[in-house]
Amino acid sequence: MTGRLIPREAGIHPPLFTPAYKTSVLRSPQRALIAFDSSPSEETGPTFGHMKLGALDNDLLLNYARPGTSAIGERIIVHGRLLDENNRPIPNALIEIWQANAGGRYRHKKDGYLAALDPDFGGCGRTITGEDGSYAFRTVKPGAYPWPNGPNEWRPAHIHFSIFGHSFGQRLISQMYFEGDPLIARCPIAQTIPDKAALDRLVAALDMSETKPMDAIAYRFDIVLRGHRQTHFENRPEGM
Amino acid sequence: MVQKFDKPILTPSQTAGPYVHIGLVPEACGIEDVPFETLGREIAGPEAKGDRIKITCRVVDGGDLPLRDCLVETWQADAAGIYPGQEGADPAVSGFGRMPADFTTGEITFETIKPGAIALSGDRKTPPHISFWIFARGINHGLHTRMYFPEDDLSGDPLLARIEHRDRIATMVAEATGPGEYRFEIRLQGAGETVFFDI
Ligand SMILES: [Fe+3]
Repeated sequence: MTGRLIPREAGIHPPLFTPAYKTSVLRSPQRALIAFDSSPSEETGPTFGHMKLGALDNDLLLNYARPGTSAIGERIIVHGRLLDENNRPIPNALIEIWQANAGGRYRHKKDGYLAALDPDFGGCGRTITGEDGSYAFRTVKPGAYPWPNGPNEWRPAHIHFSIFGHSFGQRLISQMYFEGDPLIARCPIAQTIPDKAALDRLVAALDMSETKPMDAIAYRFDIVLRGHRQTHFENRPEGM
Repeated sequence: MVQKFDKPILTPSQTAGPYVHIGLVPEACGIEDVPFETLGREIAGPEAKGDRIKITCRVVDGGDLPLRDCLVETWQADAAGIYPGQEGADPAVSGFGRMPADFTTGEITFETIKPGAIALSGDRKTPPHISFWIFARGINHGLHTRMYFPEDDLSGDPLLARIEHRDRIATMVAEATGPGEYRFEIRLQGAGETVFFDI
């Protein structure tokens, strides 16, 4: 247990009822959420630092590919650090990702988009952060894809992220977008986030310093979870 | 002007979308040769102490339809009320469950052990409960609630004491459907809307 969680700052996360994103209309509570100081139920959480990962778990170019080949598409590296809002790294934390292939098609039985499946691309990966909170994936840049929210609606290229801190109350699911994508400004899902600076936090920057020449372009995506309150003064009797 | 806090901005949430299964429960969406095993399948191993229970739940939208594309994650203490990772926790309890709804019925069924009451500061306790986190297409930020048990006295729970509309507490209490069997319906919206927390 790591102590009381800092309450979520207002205006960062999207509201639950966002009519431009139509599915949210019937799936959002109408009553106010009940706020409460965190307790052990939220301050503890599952940890995965001990988990044995396969060598290719964070390499989507290869983890579903037939031997001797790799996924089709623009080869990219997505890397960054997992921090808390006190600017401290979160080590030994599980990050899972999933995404469409380079054509914008998901390997999912409910996805009927006409873009082709890539026989060498599954679309899921996972990793555990290092001692400094760092993580990295190798994958292909996903394609934009249409969705039936409106008559001609396209999702910007994105990678879905599922992130655990060390407390159940830090749990987060989000999406990473790519620098310079004109579809971000038109996307009702991206635009559920009311604050422009907060949405910018989901846009990964091109990172030439980590780009591998003649191999893969790098994007940097840092992730910030809630922090725990720092205890400057402990409640203990004098002299102990 | 004053000094500025130089705090990093929290990463905002986005919906998990309809294809969340690919990343979190790949075998559920038709991916063959899944590169790795699904997490959260065993909340309490066969050696775990405590009463074994079976929970069936559904998440229902404002139009009375069960969500057939949602996932729930659960987090709970062991039979003594100690969370995994805390000192003295039952090593056979992982405490963490991750379950997709059935694509046709929307039902989610899982087995575990009944958790114990959780010690808070002083000598206060929170009655046994399982924390739920619900995410799906159309849910912009994972929804957090708790499932309590119908046989327990909930009157001493300091968290429930904060809820002004007392009749809403029943939305977090499972229904007993047989020995060690419970049913828990989570209503996202409208009449009988489940209590969700910002904790
Ligand atoms: Fe997507």
